[in-house]
Amino acid sequence: MLTLDRVTKTFRTGTFSGSTTTAVDRVSFSVDRGEVVTLLGESGSGKSTLGRMILGLTSVSGGSLTLNGEPVRPGKEYYRRVQGVFQDPFSCFNPVFKADRIFALVKDAYHPRVSAADWRARVEGAVRDVRLDPAQVLGKYPHQLSGGQLQRLLIARALLLDGLEILVADEITSMLDASTRIDVLNLLGDLRERGLGVLYITHDLSLGTYLAESTVVLRNGRIAERGATGKVFGNPLHPYTRHLLAAVPRLGVDWVDAEPVESCLFHGAGADGDLYEAEPDHFVACARLPECEGR
Amino acid sequence: MTLTVDDLRVHYRTLRGDVRALDGVSFTVADGEILGLVGESGCGKTTLGKSLIRMDGRMRHIGGTVTLDGDDVPVGDDRAMNAFRFHRISLVPQYSMSALNPTRRIGRMVRELLASRGVSVDTGELHRRLALVGLGPEVLERYPIELSGGMKQRTVMVISTLLDPSLLVADEVTSALDVSNQKAVAHALVGLRDRGLVTSMVFITHDLALTSHIADTVMVMYAGRLAEKAPAGVLTTAPRHPYTRRLLAALPEAGVRRSQGRLSGIEGSPPSLLSPPAGCRFRDRCPLADDRCAEQPPVVEVAPRHHVACWKA
Ligand SMILES: Nc1ncnc2c1ncn2[C@@H]1O[C@H](COP(=O)(O)OP(=O)(O)OP(=O)(O)O)[C@@H](O)[C@H]1O
Ligand SMILES: Nc1ncnc2c1ncn2[C@@H]1O[C@H](COP(=O)(O)OP(=O)(O)OP(=O)(O)O)[C@@H](O)[C@H]1O
Ligand code: SF4
Ligand SMILES: [Mg+2]
Ligand SMILES: [Mg+2]
Repeated sequence: MLTLDRVTKTFRTGTFSGSTTTAVDRVSFSVDRGEVVTLLGESGSGKSTLGRMILGLTSVSGGSLTLNGEPVRPGKEYYRRVQGVFQDPFSCFNPVFKADRIFALVKDAYHPRVSAADWRARVEGAVRDVRLDPAQVLGKYPHQLSGGQLQRLLIARALLLDGLEILVADEITSMLDASTRIDVLNLLGDLRERGLGVLYITHDLSLGTYLAESTVVLRNGRIAERGATGKVFGNPLHPYTRHLLAAVPRLGVDWVDAEPVESCLFHGAGADGDLYEAEPDHFVACARLPECEGR
Repeated sequence: MTLTVDDLRVHYRTLRGDVRALDGVSFTVADGEILGLVGESGCGKTTLGKSLIRMDGRMRHIGGTVTLDGDDVPVGDDRAMNAFRFHRISLVPQYSMSALNPTRRIGRMVRELLASRGVSVDTGELHRRLALVGLGPEVLERYPIELSGGMKQRTVMVISTLLDPSLLVADEVTSALDVSNQKAVAHALVGLRDRGLVTSMVFITHDLALTSHIADTVMVMYAGRLAEKAPAGVLTTAPRHPYTRRLLAALPEAGVRRSQGRLSGIEGSPPSLLSPPAGCRFRDRCPLADDRCAEQPPVVEVAPRHHVACWKA
């Protein structure tokens, strides 16, 4: 189980001014094996930063991260168990090498004794699992593949690690059409049944609920609401969550203007990262916390 | 402004042969029209967008013509295309997130870009356009690495539209955004059109529901060819092509849970574009396919402004 306890990230912005941005502010939740947790939130709310901290790609400014009770120590052992697929697929590939080099690197690092033929078969299996035709995508350079194809190759890479416990998936379906997206999500669902824990970062509310046992809604680096998916979506309490749900574009339904976040429902909740427990497994923060704190 | 694309064929040259990413695509975009372009990952949407502005070294213009307001657009001639780029046709690329120069602050990059084009833009106008997509002027002081994925995407969109091109090709500009920012960006684009700053637009996306809200016309591509094109309302309520129907059926209701029933995508996968089979390219996956479909179906106007390439439509 991956546990986040009041995890915080502060960036220094402006080289000379010494000002800082708190991108993630005292965020606590956990991802268990065999569980999908959806992380939702506005653009710039800290989702990718949180994912990067979990993957050891950026330092943690405060709070703690533990995997099965042990403090997270990024390194080969850790990456065997925790892997990520990133938001920007293009930046994950070295344009000089063929795209399938990412698979060779996994073999060299983690499966050096597997024979070339067996490895080839495993790679092809993983590529088919993400609904790609190995003959069409293997042996090509990154620029020869489409955005959705690159995104799916990265998912396939993560699938090649035996003993993977946690997958951080940052917007991995953002460039896929509805049909392909469902296939990829079903694949994640099957992996979950085999014990994988997934942190599914997304802005796609229509499918954010499809797999997730629990949902975390992030706003300005803080948790606005979290809990069982059915409760968060069925009975959204935080005005921001309601706002998000109302703004989803739907076919044949007017794209309504969601009302702005203003009402203060849970005054003070969230001040130190603690949330108000509205019902079992459903937590919510004060909607106007930053202003309240500022007073 | 009118864009006319006629039988455009663009291939990628590879060691194993030509990838026929665009294999005879024809359509028009009328003055003031927003054309939504959707289709399965890898069907050639980005290739189409790039063909209208800059073919990379491996793209080959095999045939077909493009005209803009009656002028031939020399799509196969990189140098001659300079006359069209940015002023007449501008592209917001799919990978806008990685398109920004990492060593420059955004503001400096914008100034350099404008200087290289020999134009200047009023700072107030720049700030106003950033605000339209929910960004404050402080992003100009930031380096790209200091912005989130969605912030970069919105920044590139503002930069690409600064010169008010006649035709804007926007490739997946909303794909990395949360719903409220999607809406802000979509409305900003429609606003640019309504104010006459951008005349017409090709809006590439994988999100049919979103397109249906902002596009006047939606065009569906399948494996390098046009499958169906119709007014947005018609396409989403009365689609005629089996692929469009399946794609619409794959759209989930918000809030569905897998435990309530497993959704399924369209069985099978699109054909290889290296040596696509003769006949209808959707044939392997089409529930209605029969012998006739071994022959390529022509694009037929089945109703005013409603074009379909299917023998059974
Ligand atoms: N390296 C950095 N230096 C300074 N600020 C940063 C850095 N990385 C991110 N930030 C800031 O932290 C905040 C959160 O960014 P993050 O990338 O985590 O957002 P996000 O929720 O993933 O957004 P999106 O949905 O747009 O991808 C943003 O305000 C961003 O500007
Ligand atoms: N430089 C290249 N060389 C060879 N094949 C290429 C090249 N670029 C793209 N392709 C292939 O051409 C086809 C169309 O690619 P394109 O990027 O236009 O798809 P797309 O519709 O934009 O997909 P997505 O929705 O995933 O972005 C794909 O099958 C892709 O693999
Ligand atoms: S032409 Fe035939 S195979 Fe193609 S979509 Fe129509 S019915 Fe299906
Ligand atoms: Mg992000
Ligand atoms: Mg594309």
